[in-house]
Amino acid sequence: MSWHSMRRRARPIITESNQAYTFTRRAMVLGGAQGLVAALLAGRMGWISIAENEHYNLLSESNRVQMRLIPPRRGWIVDRTGQPIAINRSDFRVDLIPDRIIDEDRIIFELTRLLELPPEEVERIREELKRAAGYQPVPVAENLDYEKYAAVTVRLPELPGVSPLRSFSRSYPEGAAVGHLVGYVGTPNKQEYEKEDKNPLLITPGFKVGKEGLEKVLEPRLRGRPGAQRVEVTARGKLVRELSTLPDRGGGMLQLTIDAGLQAFAARRLGPESGSVVVIDCLTGDILALASMPAYDPNAFTDGISQKEWKMLSQDERKPLLNKSLNGLYPPGSTFKPMVAMALLRAGIDPEQRVNCPGGFQLGNRFFRCLGRHGSMNMHTAIARSCNTYFYSMGRRAGIDVISAMGKSLGFGQKFDLPVVSQNYGTMPSAEWKKARYERSKKLVERPDWTESDTLNTSIGQGFVIVNPLQLAIMSSRIASGLDIQPHLIREKRAAPKPLPYPKEHFDAVRAGMWEVVNGHGTAGRSKLEVPGVEMGGKTGTAQVRRITGGQRGQSGAWKYRDHGLFVCFAPTAAPRYAASVVIEHGMGGARAAAPVAKDVLTWLYDKPKALASLATFEEQWGGDIKARMEAEARRWDLTNPPRPANGAT
Amino acid sequence: MSTSSLVPAPILALPWKILLLVSAIAGFGLLILYSAAGARMTWALPQAVRFVVFLTMAIAMSRVHPDRYKMAAFPTYALVLVLLMLVEALGFVGGGAQRWLDLGVIRLQPSELMKPVIVITVAAFYSSLPPAEIRRWNAIWPAALLIGIPWALVLIQPDLGTATMVLAGGMTVMFLAGLPLRLFIGGAAVLAVAGPVAFSFLHEYQQRRVLIFMDPDADPLGAGYHISQSKIAIGSGGLFGKGFLNGTQSHLDYLPEGHTDFIFATMAEEWGLMGGIFLIACFAMVIKWGIGVALDAKDRFARLTAAGLTTTIFFYVAINLMMVMGLAPVVGIPLPLVSYGGSAMLTIMLCLGILMSIERQNVRERRR
Repeated sequence: MSWHSMRRRARPIITESNQAYTFTRRAMVLGGAQGLVAALLAGRMGWISIAENEHYNLLSESNRVQMRLIPPRRGWIVDRTGQPIAINRSDFRVDLIPDRIIDEDRIIFELTRLLELPPEEVERIREELKRAAGYQPVPVAENLDYEKYAAVTVRLPELPGVSPLRSFSRSYPEGAAVGHLVGYVGTPNKQEYEKEDKNPLLITPGFKVGKEGLEKVLEPRLRGRPGAQRVEVTARGKLVRELSTLPDRGGGMLQLTIDAGLQAFAARRLGPESGSVVVIDCLTGDILALASMPAYDPNAFTDGISQKEWKMLSQDERKPLLNKSLNGLYPPGSTFKPMVAMALLRAGIDPEQRVNCPGGFQLGNRFFRCLGRHGSMNMHTAIARSCNTYFYSMGRRAGIDVISAMGKSLGFGQKFDLPVVSQNYGTMPSAEWKKARYERSKKLVERPDWTESDTLNTSIGQGFVIVNPLQLAIMSSRIASGLDIQPHLIREKRAAPKPLPYPKEHFDAVRAGMWEVVNGHGTAGRSKLEVPGVEMGGKTGTAQVRRITGGQRGQSGAWKYRDHGLFVCFAPTAAPRYAASVVIEHGMGGARAAAPVAKDVLTWLYDKPKALASLATFEEQWGGDIKARMEAEARRWDLTNPPRPANGAT
Repeated sequence: MSTSSLVPAPILALPWKILLLVSAIAGFGLLILYSAAGARMTWALPQAVRFVVFLTMAIAMSRVHPDRYKMAAFPTYALVLVLLMLVEALGFVGGGAQRWLDLGVIRLQPSELMKPVIVITVAAFYSSLPPAEIRRWNAIWPAALLIGIPWALVLIQPDLGTATMVLAGGMTVMFLAGLPLRLFIGGAAVLAVAGPVAFSFLHEYQQRRVLIFMDPDADPLGAGYHISQSKIAIGSGGLFGKGFLNGTQSHLDYLPEGHTDFIFATMAEEWGLMGGIFLIACFAMVIKWGIGVALDAKDRFARLTAAGLTTTIFFYVAINLMMVMGLAPVVGIPLPLVSYGGSAMLTIMLCLGILMSIERQNVRERRR
């Protein structure tokens, strides 16, 4: 066989008939392959719809059915008599769901028109829409009147992404008077949302959490449990029908020890001053009033506070954002003396022993001044006349250790178990404290060892001593009742407080001195209660804000350098029931600024019409009640801080 | 014998088996469209009209001798090619891709026409090629060119799905024509290597589709949404479905394109696996009939055309179902006769018309 023929055989001639055979064979292969694919597809479909049916059913359901949380109604806060302090009122609101918006500009334009949104609000909504993540609703407007709400509701089909809602918003009938006490609620922020493991309730439109005060601390008790509504929705979020609803469970009602009437009266009575009034039931420790003024109106925060309002609050030198009752720290001045007197008695000093006051006390080459030349003083007259010389002299004899221990025992330097955001507990100095303090920082303390002049300063409530108004009220109640009073804000059944481990005669001696202050020959004689059968015992205090320089004694000059006026008291002296502290920042004197407030506040407890009549006279002079004055102040603020003109204005 | 006296002979002579099969599929499709439109005739009615018109056209086409189609193959091919280029040139931008040619009366999609035309043209080429030439280079390059040019034109539109079908249709005819097997095996090997390279040339949205196809659950709310929702619709249907008009995926708009490309998922949700098996079986019978017609045909052009057109129908169905079931990327191939829309139905009816013409010829030859 030749090479040539070999090649020929390797490449057979293809005829029409074997081409037809190839076609038949290949067409059958092709048909078979197609049949195989058909079988494969049927099998695949069977797998998805039978084997994975349950899985996909679930997914289909979760597509179709959406849980809509119903925010629980927040628990009410009521006072000791059941009078409301924080309640919920019905509210109409409109939100935007960023994911569902089609044509943002048109929607915002429409809403601006329908709801008459101010330009700064439109700006805020645009900003928030930019930052908003997916489903998180952006609030457009709250507290709408029904007409505006209805105007949006009827146009809903042409406003995709707009979500009008009927909800409840927090309301505080007493306004600013309870501001610092209850705090306020607001829309949860990102941190709060993440802290609660992205609890979907927190991004539900209209849901608010406590941001300050009791609202914040008692959030778990007040919140309640959300309800849920199962609804069928389309892919675009349109509601098809409601499937079932699990009702929400409102938060529990919270009853406070506060007397709302007293709280409001105290706040109003503080008037234009910056200060605090704390009233305690000195038999139980129930705090009846914890007023700090000026304060913010918590209702303003509920609706979301405007930048202007915030600026006004944060720039005010009277610090309306600070709860002075708990976080304001002041040198107690002479209001410290009842405690020091207790310490002197504890140290074994005879209350009848006399000290001559020539107008001061010479310690080495330094002369510690008294406010007057009191002559011969015993404990009783020294408290009544507030004689520094007596306390310098006796305090030095007793020594700092006894004073410091008694101070702590009567509440100074202590933090109390209260549902509050923070307490500044100040300083009850001692030798150890000074040493530790020196080691930490040399700014306040110049030398590590305790000196006699430190003791002298401490004895009259100056020097290192700083206290908050609540501690002053606690000292007052412990001395008044002789009980180891612990302050309470929430009304609950509790064991009666235990007596303090000091002899009755000691308390009697100090109380008698405090009686003399108001009812006898004392510093607060003008603030004697005008209630038949009820007498008040007290102690005035005037605390220096800065060291005395030159002849100026903090009785004149710029407001912020003036002395603080303080007063502690209890009543009735015959059988003490109420104890209180009043602090008037830069009020120049306890007798002048603080004692009259205490007098009216205690009068209210026994004779409301009389107290209210006195208040009415004052409010007339001050220019109205708290609300009226705050509004006037806002108008004044607007005048001095005119809003920037809108763009394009010439 | 008695029936012939009652019914006129031309009507009796119609290929009733395939006509009933096609009507069953389209009829079921109308039910699904009625449900998908929310129990309204919005889509079902125009679709029904279209079906009747195109079916009449197909029956008319069946009266034309297959040789006529062979003669018309190259001129038609040239015409469609020109139209394709026109689309590129004056193309109307719609849906991010240039596919339509607005002729005023109708919107013509030349790439759709190319699907059957490429089969007929390649078949015509091989039927005129002397059998001895089949193993020569001459048997390959003209066909490769015939397929390659429209394929490239469709691909740059860009329409990956249609381009793939044009390529597959032409290649099927080449395979059936008897080109050496090693060419196809080698070709497949080259494709496996070149695939990743080609991937880099794809449009970004096409690349994304391919990647999402690989892992649709990675971004269920993004571009993988189609496949995820489609699988949920099919999977939640179960064996018997949720019942006619009771689908939630489609009625609540979770399933996108529920009346067009993803109509199978709409169907499966309401009719379950049973409905799916029914549709797949009907299509399988259409394919089996088509392959049977091809095997019966005596003429080489008729054989190649019949098998090629049948495969085109097969590709339609297979690619769509694979896409819907998450076995293929989302390429925009509708389910023929069922999906709402005229273009695909026109293509299928063109295929069926020519297939019926070949069957008619087969019957005649058998009688002879």
